Amino acid sequence: MNSDTYDLAIVGAGPAGMAAARTAAAQDLSVVLLDEQPAPGGQIYRSIRRPAPEDRRILGPDYYHGETLVRDLDHSRIEYRPGTTVWALDDDHTLCASSPEGSTRIHAQRILLATGAQERPVPFPGWTLPGVMTCGAAQILLKSSGLVPSQPLVLAGSGPLLLLIAAQLHRAGVAIEAVLDTTPAGHQLDALPHLPGALRNLPLLWKGLGLLRELKQAGIQRFAQVSDLRALANEEGRLHQVQFHADNATHRLPAQSLLVHQGVVPNVQLSRALGLEHRWHELQQCWHPVTNDWGETSREGVFISGDSAGIAGAKAAEQAGTLVALEVARQLNRLSTTQRDEQARPALKDLARERAIRPFLDALYQPARSFLSPADETLVCRCEEVSAGELRQMVDEGCRGPNQTKAFCRSGMGPCQGRLCGLTVSQVIAERRGVPVDEVGYYQIRMPIKPLTLGELADLHK
Amino acid sequence: MPNASEFPRIETGAAEWVEVEVDGQPIQVRAGDSAAAAVLAAGLVPSRSTPVNNSPRAPYCMMGVCFECLLEIDGTENVQGCMTEVRPGMQIRRQQGARHAEPVTHEDRQS
Ligand SMILES: Cc1cc2nc3c(=O)[nH]c(=O)nc-3n(C[C@H](O)[C@@H](O)[C@H](O)COP(=O)(O)OP(=O)(O)OC[C@H]3O[C@@H](n4cnc5c(N)ncnc54)[C@H](O)[C@@H]3O)c2cc1C
Ligand code: FES
Repeated sequence: MNSDTYDLAIVGAGPAGMAAARTAAAQDLSVVLLDEQPAPGGQIYRSIRRPAPEDRRILGPDYYHGETLVRDLDHSRIEYRPGTTVWALDDDHTLCASSPEGSTRIHAQRILLATGAQERPVPFPGWTLPGVMTCGAAQILLKSSGLVPSQPLVLAGSGPLLLLIAAQLHRAGVAIEAVLDTTPAGHQLDALPHLPGALRNLPLLWKGLGLLRELKQAGIQRFAQVSDLRALANEEGRLHQVQFHADNATHRLPAQSLLVHQGVVPNVQLSRALGLEHRWHELQQCWHPVTNDWGETSREGVFISGDSAGIAGAKAAEQAGTLVALEVARQLNRLSTTQRDEQARPALKDLARERAIRPFLDALYQPARSFLSPADETLVCRCEEVSAGELRQMVDEGCRGPNQTKAFCRSGMGPCQGRLCGLTVSQVIAERRGVPVDEVGYYQIRMPIKPLTLGELADLHK
Repeated sequence: MPNASEFPRIETGAAEWVEVEVDGQPIQVRAGDSAAAAVLAAGLVPSRSTPVNNSPRAPYCMMGVCFECLLEIDGTENVQGCMTEVRPGMQIRRQQGARHAEPVTHEDRQS
């Protein structure tokens, strides 16, 4: 197996990773940028080099902002390696990664994890049915393939991305049967105290209102304060109806596709596997790895930035990646502390503005309880098919945390390694025990963080 | 075999097209599409059934998180379809029930 050495190794070529690479290269640091996707961009700018939709209005100008970031990767100090999945990081800053060519070890003086976010798991009865997928999945299909969901189409959930993706699909000519807004009553009031922060970022607020207006003008049916969401199957076990409660009545809509969304949460798979410190973020209802102001974690020389450090959006990710690169340049003696601080000023200012609106959005769009700790019948672990009721029963029998339920019912032991049940399992247990989620903790994640083939493992020992 | 679950494609402008087979049926897809996208374009849904209860499933996240897109690709089982780009002539099949060869996970490595 080969082994290469760099000043900075970056995992993830989204806005955070790309901005870090650009800034580090400008300081003459040697950079390797690894991403498991075949092209740079991360989630927001996915397929930005070759977006599928011909009409640029469909994805909108915020998407095409990614073009400049990707262009800047063309730099002699940046080695970008697509199709490369990082599955381990050793104590001596050596990354283990696989690509179609085989496994490699990559050593770097400093490591940046910029692995982004994933959509929050949205458990409800029927969420495993074929025909149900996440809003983000539909957006990926639109950006990279120009494929749109089969219709009739219903969208359900909460948050700005739900509205954005509904608008993008509408602009792509897709007929939307209905948008079911599951934001519970009362969240507007909860968000109100955070409004002054939000007002510091008027353009973003304005964009959100614009999306609402766009959907309304399009005449798309919208139900508010939707509860009791349920996907119903036909005889072949495929989605054919969406049932829900709204306006004091139970409704049923025909559907070939149901897209669901309850916000995004940090992808903590690598940071967990490294045993880094994480804290529960009550407003965002998810875990954050602990970092200092420059993104450095509890392990010296290992940094995290962008949405994998805490959800703050694409613009914030870009600024946070820039800050990490400046600090790495200081640590590796390319910049003095004064120079670093001077160069960091614009990024810090923009970052503060992007972060200021978050508490407002987080309070407004916090998922309804029923999605965080679902009813007994709902499957929580899709891989091993474990329901919320089974988890509660295990708590009643004495299980105190996710690693114990894992041992009893295999929840979290399927191929997804807990990515899609970890948050929910911790929350169900905490609620049943009547203790804070922090006390219950999270699955113990071990490396490799992706299932490996025997060939890839054998490659390691060559 | 048009069926209601096929994902239609919007105007995508100039692109290379690649022919693959989805459960034995030839279909043209865009170069750069993932195998999971090809399966959705072909309407092969459900695209797998679970090892535990044989429940029907289909791609869910399209970004490598959920492993619901496991497919048999060119004879290899348990391939993550959303993370695999199509190649000309690729043979994509539904993955049925129990995995015959388990993917190696950390749990297996420990035992
Ligand atoms: C599906 C989805 C769609 C979204 N769409 C939008 C949108 O349209 N507009 C918007 O404002 N926000 C969107 N977001 C929110 C998103 O989090 C953005 O804020 C932004 O993409 C975050 O940037 P980032 O650099 O932190 O991470 P990302 O852009 O997520 O980039 C992380 C990168 O890391 C790579 N990666 C992860 N783990 C590994 C590994 N182990 N090995 C190798 N590579 C790895 C991924 O392939 C990815 O390219 C979306 C989020 C999701 C999950
Ligand atoms: S669809 Fe989720 S991992 Fe492929």
